[in-house]
Amino acid sequence: MPGQVKRLLIFVVIICVLFVVSRVLLVPEGFGKYGHYRATAIDTIIALPINYAGHIVCNDCHDDIAETKDASYHQGVNCESCHGPSNDHVQSLEEDEIILPSAPRDRNQCSICHAYSPAKATGFPQIDVVTHNPVKPCISCHDPHAPDPPSVIGGCIACHRGITRTKALSAHSNIECNECHTTQDEHMVNPRAFRPDKPRSRDLCGKCHAKGATSETFTKKVDMTEHGVGYLCWQCHFPHHPEAN
Amino acid sequence: MSNIKREFDRRKFIKGCLLGGVGLGILPTLSKMHEVLGSTEKLAEYVPEIRSYGMGINVKACIGCGKCVNACEQENNVPKDPMYYRTWVERYTLLLSGETIVESPFGGSRGFTDTHQESKILKSFFVPKLCNHCKNAPCVQVCPVGATFTTSEGVVLVDKDYCIGCSYCLQACPYGARFMNPITHTADKCTFCYHRLSRGLLPACVEVCPTKARIFGDTKLRSSQLTRFFRQNEIQVLKGGLNTDPQVFYARLDGEVR
Repeated sequence: MPGQVKRLLIFVVIICVLFVVSRVLLVPEGFGKYGHYRATAIDTIIALPINYAGHIVCNDCHDDIAETKDASYHQGVNCESCHGPSNDHVQSLEEDEIILPSAPRDRNQCSICHAYSPAKATGFPQIDVVTHNPVKPCISCHDPHAPDPPSVIGGCIACHRGITRTKALSAHSNIECNECHTTQDEHMVNPRAFRPDKPRSRDLCGKCHAKGATSETFTKKVDMTEHGVGYLCWQCHFPHHPEAN
Repeated sequence: MSNIKREFDRRKFIKGCLLGGVGLGILPTLSKMHEVLGSTEKLAEYVPEIRSYGMGINVKACIGCGKCVNACEQENNVPKDPMYYRTWVERYTLLLSGETIVESPFGGSRGFTDTHQESKILKSFFVPKLCNHCKNAPCVQVCPVGATFTTSEGVVLVDKDYCIGCSYCLQACPYGARFMNPITHTADKCTFCYHRLSRGLLPACVEVCPTKARIFGDTKLRSSQLTRFFRQNEIQVLKGGLNTDPQVFYARLDGEVR
């Protein structure tokens, strides 16, 4: 064999060896096993931890709530939709200290879905958050696990819609009409002849607003012996929408 | 004499080259054959069922609550800063003046505030968006290293340990579904919650959707929520003209949606 062919052959062999060696070194493990990618990447992705446990696990223990919920308008709403990621809770069941998932009770949680928006489908239950019983938390009237609307609106609101709406916006929204007004049944039939009465003494307001009353700390308190003596409260204040300050 | 010998040598040399070339071509093919033959058992353990995952989105049912966006962030640790989303919700507002406004503040994760006078709105609706997990995924085609791939179930994934962060896939994706992860500096995107699927769970966004606007399932099954969704609705895909064959299917989608 001539010398130049030998040298060429050596060159070809070196290239082949280099190719094979570099291929072995550079191509990562598992590459091309299933396709043009690393097979181990799938294992890495599968091994990622989960945060949302899934409603099937929830229903194993909380089957009573699941049963109530599945018969209600919220049947399609899964637990973690409101209670947040709860895999920590599921994992902690075996341990001493059980981590509880969040249980939101404020109005903001419900209004995420139920606040009115023209972009939401017609028929989806929506409320105007500003006028719909503003101070009340939703759960005082609606059970989130069985959120049927409370009984059909009747009574005072049927005629006194304006006052009801005004009161609903105020700090007095939780006070029922008959707590301040005694109304005879005849008022419903003959409203002008049988008018509901208004508080005739300051004691009614004083139950909450007198100094030393056991009402909430944010309720304004006055010394009833000094404040506006000689007048009834409602002669200066408007109880359906009391002053904000 | 010397002339003949030289010619003979040349012929021999060309023959040798040809044979060598053929040999070089055969060797890798043989090794491939061996791989294919040897790996049949392993393939079987990886794909027990041949599935084809897809998602249906009922546009009319979406109320824009953004729970899916938040759930995705929490499930997949999607970086919040500055703004990255694997799934997001867009609000389309078609005004009577003919103008179309598309908004997605914070990806829709904090809900939407009413910014337009209702009397001026012709109609308004929400469109959830995510990676379309295309069968002919442009992002997979352009990846120079094979870090983006389609699994046998049709889920497009990113191998973050192998991605070189060249961003070609971000440019190739016609849906804007990809982003560069600021922590790993690699491409990131929706995985259909592949880690949840392997545990028999639904993707996080589907799990939390309160109105069942998102439906997940196997597109090949004859009876599933997804096939029922296909039967009962007129189905559209986003940018169907690009021939990417998306596996995210929209029902009652308005023509204004891009």
